[in-house]
Amino acid sequence: MSDCHDGCDGGRREFLAGTLKLAGGAVVTVIGGSALASSSSSPTSAPRPGGGAYDWNEHLWAYLIDTTKCIGCGSCARACKAENDVPDGFYRTWIERYVVGSEDSHVDSPNGGMDGFPPVQVGFVANKSFFVPKICNHCRATPCTQVCPVGASYRTKDGAVLVDAESCIGCGYCVQACPYGSRFIHPATHTASKCTWCYHRITKGLKPACVTVCPTQARQFGDLKKEGDPVRAVVEHDRVQILQGHLLTEPQCYYTHLDKEVR
Amino acid sequence: MPEITGFAFPNDIHVTWSLMIVMYPYITGFVAGSFIVTSLYHLFDRQEFKPVARLAMATSFAFLLVASLPLQLHLGQPQRGPFVIVTPNFTSAMAGFGILYSFYMLVLVLELWFVWRQEIIERARRSRGTKRAFYAALALGTYDTSPEAIEIDHKAIKILAGICLPAACMLHGYVGFIFGAIKANPWWSTPLMPVIFLLSAAVSGIALLILLYQVHAKLERRPVVASCVQALASWLWFFLILTITLEELELIVMAYEKSESWLIISELLTTRLSFSYVTMQMIVGGLIPLILLAVVVLMNRYLHEKVRNTLATVAAFLTLIQVFSMRWNIVIGGQLLSKSLRGLRSPYEPEIFGREGVLVAIALFVAPFVILWVFDRVLGIEEPEGGPAANPPAAPPGAAPAGSHVP
Ligand code: SF4
Ligand code: SF4
Repeated sequence: MSDCHDGCDGGRREFLAGTLKLAGGAVVTVIGGSALASSSSSPTSAPRPGGGAYDWNEHLWAYLIDTTKCIGCGSCARACKAENDVPDGFYRTWIERYVVGSEDSHVDSPNGGMDGFPPVQVGFVANKSFFVPKICNHCRATPCTQVCPVGASYRTKDGAVLVDAESCIGCGYCVQACPYGSRFIHPATHTASKCTWCYHRITKGLKPACVTVCPTQARQFGDLKKEGDPVRAVVEHDRVQILQGHLLTEPQCYYTHLDKEVR
Repeated sequence: MPEITGFAFPNDIHVTWSLMIVMYPYITGFVAGSFIVTSLYHLFDRQEFKPVARLAMATSFAFLLVASLPLQLHLGQPQRGPFVIVTPNFTSAMAGFGILYSFYMLVLVLELWFVWRQEIIERARRSRGTKRAFYAALALGTYDTSPEAIEIDHKAIKILAGICLPAACMLHGYVGFIFGAIKANPWWSTPLMPVIFLLSAAVSGIALLILLYQVHAKLERRPVVASCVQALASWLWFFLILTITLEELELIVMAYEKSESWLIISELLTTRLSFSYVTMQMIVGGLIPLILLAVVVLMNRYLHEKVRNTLATVAAFLTLIQVFSMRWNIVIGGQLLSKSLRGLRSPYEPEIFGREGVLVAIALFVAPFVILWVFDRVLGIEEPEGGPAANPPAAPPGAAPAGSHVP
């Protein structure tokens, strides 16, 4: 189903290593440990969506990012790389740093924020600075699946946008069509690849790796179909924003406290 | 690693659509453009195009045979290419390619058959053994060259040309649609895109025929009919004016609107694409041929025939460069710009060897000429002098006399 054929298994072991290497802090280690414990079964034995334990009709996933909480540690990007065996130089998730003044602004994301952020000097008077984590928005009206000539990119009933690496022809049309730069052609499989919200994890009741390791809970993952879900509560009752709303792609990754500079 | 100025989304620094995707519209452009030329004769009875009508049709066919190759070569999983036809996803602009391509191929082959039917029969009659069997098979068993049968041929040619012309325009306009319908990319996303692609296809087709016609005539030791070159030059001028006007209007609108993307697009054009856009597409391939062709058309009476032909030939050559630059600037240019609209990557340099490299691109461009050569061997592009097909398709009364000029 997901394009995680390409080595989720190996990624899992590295995930522990990656997690332990993180910026430290008990929260991270403890959560990382629990993620490891519950991920010991092989992904191939994951219940098929729509049958068995997991029923994709019962969920509608959504992602929530509070930009004020992100400290730019890059744990999420490292965890993602380890969990999903993301090739070097490509990113399923990344963090952007904004330094904003009234005259000018500066944005960067060295190695996708994977190694944290070195100090930066800007040539203007900066008034504010903040980090913005980015992932695939799992858009509801998604242009990337619309353009796929063979239907290899698709949206699941529980709201995840996935790529079937077995039928993707590697035309790259979806890469062009995604307004957010979320997709890339995997250099080894030559097929499209992107964030899956760790579909192999969420169908087992776990959170995506990036959410699990985020030490400040800047990243949250929830179920819009579940009563009392904290993400659902924010999406339904708080003021939330989305990226590039004018393109009408209906992102399912919501933001709070997004700045006008962010695209 | 490509260098980035400003900020690009980290996945945006790869040029996913390579040189092959530049070749794809370039080649299909010739398919549509040459068919437009042949239609001017077969459909609109412009007799001045008679000397190039068959060559144009054969050229369209030759380029059509290679038109899908750049796409195939570009795929990450080429062996899965047929999935596009077997399991198409109809919401995709790309899924239509197989259907349009096969449809145009079918109609064009039918049309070719009617146009070349008499030669096929002639050759079947003249030859022996396997050769005879080959031509007999091509003739599909009918050897009827009676005036009535020829009359039917002419009708069929006209009807088929009437289907083929819109099909050719669709095939190429659709290429523009593939880009124009990508809302994620402000450099592509404009409804003008299919129109610009189509007009520049006409430009490239006519320009190619100006060159090809003269080369072919020289090779065949036939005289070059100056009025034909002249007429082609006039139409080239006309289409070039339209193309460049639209290409510029698109920019002017963006600039005047001060659209959100204009800042980065203007930077793209003046830095990364300053050579391929400003120098090649606008000046060398645009302004200069516009002037040359204006001279050819407007001062036609004062110029010696040789001078006119030379000017038209130079202009044709330059416009071929213009169209290639335009394809390059759209396809590659659109990928140098990050969708963050905050950054540009360093210019893309295609690989030399390799599946999507420069050598393959050159081979793709040369292949149609080899096909044309084979076509000429097998069927003969020009009708034999005084041969069976010497009479032109029935021209309606009042049709333009041979050698007349564009309105
Ligand atoms: S963010 Fe991009 S890849 Fe993800 S669903 Fe939206 S369009 Fe598709
Ligand atoms: S690269 Fe694969 S998933 Fe993307 S549009 Fe092409 S076939 Fe579909």
